[in-house]
Amino acid sequence: MSILAYDFVLLGLLGALFTGLAAPAVGTYLVQRRLALMGDGIGHIAVTGVALGLLTGAAPILTAVVVAILGAILIEVIREKGRTGGDVALAMLFYGGIAGGVLLTGLAGQSAAKLNSYLFGSITTLTTADVWTTVVLAGVVVLVAVGLSPQLFAVAQDQEFAQVAGLPVRFYNVLVAVMAAVTVAVAMRTVGLLLVSALMVVPVATAQQVTRGFRTTLVAAMGIGTVAAAGGFLVSAYIDVAPGATIVLLALAGFTLAWPVGAGLRRRQRLRAPFTAAAAGHGPHDDGHTVVPEDHEHRHGDDCGHLAVPHEDHVDYVHDGHRHAQHGSHYDEH
Amino acid sequence: MPLTDENAPVVAQIVDGAVTLGGRPILRGIDLTVRQGEFVTLLGGNGSGKSTLVRTLMGLVPTTRGEVRLFGSPLTRFKDWKRVGFVPQRASATSGVPASVWEVVASGRLSRRGLLRPLRGKDKDAIADAIAAVGLSERVGDGCSTLSGGQQQRALIARALAGEPDLFVLDEPTAGVDHASQQAFAETLAELVRRGVTTVLVAHELGPVAPLIDRTVVMRDGRIAYDGPPLASFQDIEGWTDRGHHHPGLTEAAVDHAPNVGSPFDATTDGRQQG
Repeated sequence: MSILAYDFVLLGLLGALFTGLAAPAVGTYLVQRRLALMGDGIGHIAVTGVALGLLTGAAPILTAVVVAILGAILIEVIREKGRTGGDVALAMLFYGGIAGGVLLTGLAGQSAAKLNSYLFGSITTLTTADVWTTVVLAGVVVLVAVGLSPQLFAVAQDQEFAQVAGLPVRFYNVLVAVMAAVTVAVAMRTVGLLLVSALMVVPVATAQQVTRGFRTTLVAAMGIGTVAAAGGFLVSAYIDVAPGATIVLLALAGFTLAWPVGAGLRRRQRLRAPFTAAAAGHGPHDDGHTVVPEDHEHRHGDDCGHLAVPHEDHVDYVHDGHRHAQHGSHYDEH
Repeated sequence: MPLTDENAPVVAQIVDGAVTLGGRPILRGIDLTVRQGEFVTLLGGNGSGKSTLVRTLMGLVPTTRGEVRLFGSPLTRFKDWKRVGFVPQRASATSGVPASVWEVVASGRLSRRGLLRPLRGKDKDAIADAIAAVGLSERVGDGCSTLSGGQQQRALIARALAGEPDLFVLDEPTAGVDHASQQAFAETLAELVRRGVTTVLVAHELGPVAPLIDRTVVMRDGRIAYDGPPLASFQDIEGWTDRGHHHPGLTEAAVDHAPNVGSPFDATTDGRQQG
């Protein structure tokens, strides 16, 4: 690899790092509002923006930012107005965006390969100006997403409550949509328009396998996104494929590793949760108790290997469909 | 509890209010005045408009005529939202991303917090007090999705309490809630009544809350059918919610006040075919 190519990689790496930081930051709020596919929709619409740049000779990253923001605001308006059929309207918008992009690219006399470099990312066509645009815009997105996190969290958590708390709900909704649009547009050179949504969603899904709170999820997702974007970018530079593919596959690999851990943690938590004490006068074991008619080969205890769950003043043991505690000479089913 | 004090300041008021949603009248001729320190329950059958009424009071539903005032100012100019605590009708306190009990309750403090300001000690105390008031102190750091339905409702009540409101509005907070949570809920409300907080409660069943009530409003077909001292039993309420129709010749059509079918670009929830 020549020094020049090495510089290219460093430049691209910088862009990938900021993209990996910004995409999950916005993605967390999208996932929280159950709009995981919104980034995907904006990506489709931004294709038209890129093609507009190719057609007019303007910088595609700027036309993509503008068209993506307009598209995101339109999505937000449709979402707010039409409650029941919003998804169908959104789908039509997405298809319109990608069809318009292909049409305009054809009119501009550009090859599909040119468009491809925006759809799946590209290292070799990165320009210094692209990278600095990415760094600045992604930096702003991260600052807003973290700085306004109490407000954005409240609005995404419960819109009606936020409105009655006096928050300008519509402003924050549009703000998230615009942040998503900006992120999509700046991410298109590294991850690509069709895969950027994965970088918004997959790190969040990975983080929440092991987190319990919102803030930890947000921070962990940003960390995971940064690692996936930087790592995937380096791999793509090494094996010479579109970086979008390696970044997304690396992020998915992370999820595949985290999921069994999360599933195990959740199962463990469910099993270990103390049984609620039945209110006085309710439940069968207040009037006497249910004796288990089963012989035990051993006494349940700390070392018997059966799951022990604290229950009021004693410990219940769970095995073979039983949940019971020792009571004198026998076991009581609880 | 003393009955309504005629001289107490008006906290919430609707004068000649009407609400239409998608061209369909939902509320008609509503006159309601809630005075400081009152505990008012709103009762009525499904689709009677009781939920729409409190949502109108909170500015979530626009009025087609009439005026809504909170603490003396018309809703359009009302800015003092920190004085209002609202518990919306919700099945759960969860969303697409995990959130701890503390985080959900802390979001109720935002109305008293500036932009980009860290939490002050006072805010943290209010949040901790609100969580303690609903008996969830031991679950502060746990994710909301690990709570039972009743506990999630209590978290939503704590969220509204964290803003230390003067007016507390609850939309069916006890629907489908377990017995222990209902008891905890009634104790929380009793404490608020002692502090002189004005309360409006939309309810399906009253249970342990019944002794706290100063005044009952019964809704029927979008109108206020009864407004007065608490009714002794739900038997009495049945009398007020009965649809006494004056056109005996007509066969009664199926009554459905909230049809919920729409086509993709419909802005309304009213997609019913005529005929």
